[in-house]
Amino acid sequence: MKILVCPLNGPRNISEFVYGGEAVGTMDPETASDGDWADYVFGAGTESGVVREWWFHVPTAYWFIAERHTGTDEVLRTYPASEVFGPRGEAGDGA
Amino acid sequence: MPLGLIKYGLPGRRRARHPLPSTPRLRPRYDVVIVGAGGHGLAAAYYLARDHGITDVAVLDRGWLGGGNTARNTTIIRSNYLTPEGVRFYDESIRLFRGLSGELDFNILYSERGHLTLAHTDAALRTMRWRAEVNKHLGVDSEIVDLDELARLCPPLNLDRGERFPILGALHHKPGAIARHDAVAWGYAIAAARRGVEIHQRTEVTGILTDKGRVAGVETTRGRIACGKILQAVAGSSPLLAAMAGFRLPIRTVPLQACVTEPLKPFLDPIVVSGSLHVYVSQSARGELVMGGPTDPYALYAQRPTLEFKEGLAAPMLALFPFLAEVRVLRQWAGLADMTPDFSPIMGLTPLGGYYIDAGWGTWGFKATPVCGKRMAETVATGQAPPLIEPFALERFAVFRQLGERGAASVGH
Repeated sequence: MKILVCPLNGPRNISEFVYGGEAVGTMDPETASDGDWADYVFGAGTESGVVREWWFHVPTAYWFIAERHTGTDEVLRTYPASEVFGPRGEAGDGA
Repeated sequence: MPLGLIKYGLPGRRRARHPLPSTPRLRPRYDVVIVGAGGHGLAAAYYLARDHGITDVAVLDRGWLGGGNTARNTTIIRSNYLTPEGVRFYDESIRLFRGLSGELDFNILYSERGHLTLAHTDAALRTMRWRAEVNKHLGVDSEIVDLDELARLCPPLNLDRGERFPILGALHHKPGAIARHDAVAWGYAIAAARRGVEIHQRTEVTGILTDKGRVAGVETTRGRIACGKILQAVAGSSPLLAAMAGFRLPIRTVPLQACVTEPLKPFLDPIVVSGSLHVYVSQSARGELVMGGPTDPYALYAQRPTLEFKEGLAAPMLALFPFLAEVRVLRQWAGLADMTPDFSPIMGLTPLGGYYIDAGWGTWGFKATPVCGKRMAETVATGQAPPLIEPFALERFAVFRQLGERGAASVGH
């Protein structure tokens, strides 16, 4: 059984979590082209390496960020999303 | 006849078959390089030689022939899709599959069993009625069957109304079939090699060489090759190879697992799929039950099996066939699925001139082997995608013209 460390709840069975895809910044609707939108909506292909991802702890409804290697499935670090993203409408560095 | 058979069985009368030549030396140039010696790449090589007279072809693979997803799928062949584009495409594949053993002079053990997709909810029945009508309109044999008909088609199936999710009906697709997946790869490989195609196993592509927006060659672990055209057929690693060619693909790479049980007496004729319970099962020619479920819950490039998969599979499988409780699982494995946003493949041209793509095969690639090989060969030969596969172009995502096939995926993913 694989264990994931939730920043809020500590180590928990991975079956309690849901994968939310790669953590990418939001688009600026004023400047984004159709091509940018398409790329944003459909996402880029999976890289093989360490990627930053959204994960969700279902029982406590808590979203957070995990850094995981997509080749080895090793989770290097998990932390609250506030480390990367500011509140909605404010510029975080989550591009 | 029996005497002839005994004489044939005497020692020394049979010569060992060496149908495939051993890997030749890599030449400095080929007209066409195909990356990936799975069913799709080998089929494309065969049709390039047969239909277009292009035999100066090298098929490269970092592993061995048919050792990737060709060997890891659950061999189900069907054309009961949801979009007209999808139905037409897979229907041509079924027609090619039916004649393939004779055409290749290699028995692929093609076995038409009928394919049952069970409905456990009204919503599932509605989608099936939709699929059945689209199928019938395009001349594909699919119909909704009720419980009496279902009991006749598949007597061992548990139709108890007291189940947590009782079966309400099913989509019956008569042409549903299974085949020997390795034999499909070997058959195409032998037939292609006989026509002059070179197959280079254990030859990994490490870079794509370009010149003024066109392909110029490939860098491999056995040296550099110049070539006029490249066909990428490496489902499971598609985004990685596309990155070498300089463009991105809307593909998430996710493991897909399956397992087989110990062999049992033949009792299960049709292929049985439950989209609501997320499991499917068929019985192989050897008597093993080949069972699968949804893709893994997150993206990963690792062919590792998990305990969660077995657990998730066992409970719904026992709801369908309770008497399997004592049966042991023999093998479990994983392949890598190229998941696209619309559950349809990506075939055709790319932003790089002379570079053609055959990717996005998610959980539906084996059944398309002949038609994809044939039509990609046509694409490579003419430089233009034929109408049958044109809707599957990579550029459909840039113009938001997706081909939604999620409703026809065998199980939820």
